[in-house]
Amino acid sequence: MTALELPVPAAAAAPRRRRPGLRMLRSGQVRWGIALIVLMLALALIGRFTTPYDPTRTIAAPFARPGDGLLLGADYLGRDVLSRVMAGGINLAWMAPSAAIASLVLGAAVGIVSAYFGGATDAVLMRLMDVLLAFPALLFTLLFVSVIGPSPWLLVTLVTIGLMPGVARVIRGAALPLVQREFVRWSRAVGVPTGYILTREILPNLVSPLMVEFGMRLMWSVGTLASISFIGYGIQPPESDWGLMVSENRNGLAAQPWAVVAPVICIVLFTIGGNLIAEGAARVVARTEGVK
Amino acid sequence: MTTITETEVLATQPGAVMRRRTGWVGVALRKLIEAVITLLLVSVCVFFATQIMPGNAAAVLLGTHATPERVAALSQQLGLNDPLLVQYGRWLGGVLHGDFGTSLANGRPVSQLIATPFTNSLFLAAVAVILTLPLSLIAGVVAAQFKDTWIDKTFLGSSMLANALPDFIIGTLLVFFFGTTVFKIFPPVSIIPLGTHPWDFPAKLVLPVATLVIGGVMYLSRLIRVSVIDALSSEYAEMAHLKGISRSRLLFVHALPNALAPAIPAASLVAAFTIGGVVVVEYLFNYPGMGVLLLQSIGARDIPTIQAIVMIIAAIYFVFNFIADLIKVGRD
Repeated sequence: MTALELPVPAAAAAPRRRRPGLRMLRSGQVRWGIALIVLMLALALIGRFTTPYDPTRTIAAPFARPGDGLLLGADYLGRDVLSRVMAGGINLAWMAPSAAIASLVLGAAVGIVSAYFGGATDAVLMRLMDVLLAFPALLFTLLFVSVIGPSPWLLVTLVTIGLMPGVARVIRGAALPLVQREFVRWSRAVGVPTGYILTREILPNLVSPLMVEFGMRLMWSVGTLASISFIGYGIQPPESDWGLMVSENRNGLAAQPWAVVAPVICIVLFTIGGNLIAEGAARVVARTEGVK
Repeated sequence: MTTITETEVLATQPGAVMRRRTGWVGVALRKLIEAVITLLLVSVCVFFATQIMPGNAAAVLLGTHATPERVAALSQQLGLNDPLLVQYGRWLGGVLHGDFGTSLANGRPVSQLIATPFTNSLFLAAVAVILTLPLSLIAGVVAAQFKDTWIDKTFLGSSMLANALPDFIIGTLLVFFFGTTVFKIFPPVSIIPLGTHPWDFPAKLVLPVATLVIGGVMYLSRLIRVSVIDALSSEYAEMAHLKGISRSRLLFVHALPNALAPAIPAASLVAAFTIGGVVVVEYLFNYPGMGVLLLQSIGARDIPTIQAIVMIIAAIYFVFNFIADLIKVGRD
């Protein structure tokens, strides 16, 4: 507390690379990834309010082929596939990024605290992470959803908890060498508040691995949420959802493939966006570290 | 307390190599104890998570027409009135002896109920893993050999794509292309009649196995590609090349054994992913394994069966992850 007034000399500040986040944007892959994600989010948000038909109303014969004003045909209950695709992204669009960002924040917090304090704190936190890592993310989510019942917020929480330990492990690994560095040791010795060291000195140096993790966790949270929806424990009918659509209409795959193919394409574009961000960011990291 | 700091200290000390060798057994032993603790915590997690489930097991068992007196009597008989900790102890004791309790859905012992689905799931996962290993090796080596050509670029592009796709999307696309719509070569569902075995129907296994294999191969072959490239561009490889050793001999005798080392823990991870992915793939193809039984049990609120299946899958998943970890620690 007494150290709050202590002026931090320039030399003690972290050797911050200039805006590592912006440097990531120079990678073509990262730019494409962000563009894809933004496109899918926009489609999900705007699509919901501009559907040509009511996505839950039967207006044609089951599995009607495209035509008669229905661009993509009808689904197993004779509802407009295009309208259902446009309306069916909204849940994934807010749930997947929320889970990815929450797992990133929590995982980074656990990883940095673990690396910085070491000892018993580290042991306890990492053991807890190990327990969570012992469940496949989908099984973990399924276990609790089956018990409590499907609700969007519960799903986001569960996917967050499922994805967090991986982030914590990676960030702990990346933070360990930083903790040993001169500027952190100096700050520690002089009595700079711990919160300041963790958030202002260590965290800015972890932007690159965090960017890689963000892309990967976004990809996985889309995948997990869509899978949960596919096996029937996510968004409940008659509401529309991409994963659910694949499951509902797969019996008509031969007669009316669009009812399955359209939501599949949407999910694929979403996950590829996340993967492009992760791959591009990883390449930027490899390049800069190779130069060093 | 932490293994990392200790090995770091050892590494900076003179004579570190000797001390580390004796230290490896110690590290492995400690890891093993940690693994047992982790598995115990997993079992706690599984047991107490299923306790939140609304509804009394006795009431589920007796159905909707049961009188309160009968429910109370059966609760007493099943030990449902005991403290949770006692119930947990009894459950864990049973699990360790292979006794998972009695199914609430049909009153049969859970271990009997899950025997066939367990074999079926294990068979599916084992076939997938056994196929994944050589295929990854071939794909990785070929891509490395043709580094920077169109072959390599196609490989990288398609593996990136496949890595991004959830299992159920890969499976659905396979059904679309090979099962129902484009070509009708393989059966799109894998229903195995009661009393028969999945290995009697190889055609029905093609698509579910392929779904699991594609994900695994695309992950593992990328790692093999990188480590083959690394091994081929290392100093000893260049030296061997200068000495006039043929390129194929260099690859198969010198580079490949070195390149495989990092792939072994990754292979163990692939086995873990495969068992984790089995639930969705079984649901997609109606394959009568543990995943489908799990979903049925959730629908029937059959808590003992849910506990058993989640515990078994988590344990297998954990063991393969643990092996991967242990190999990595051993190498460092």
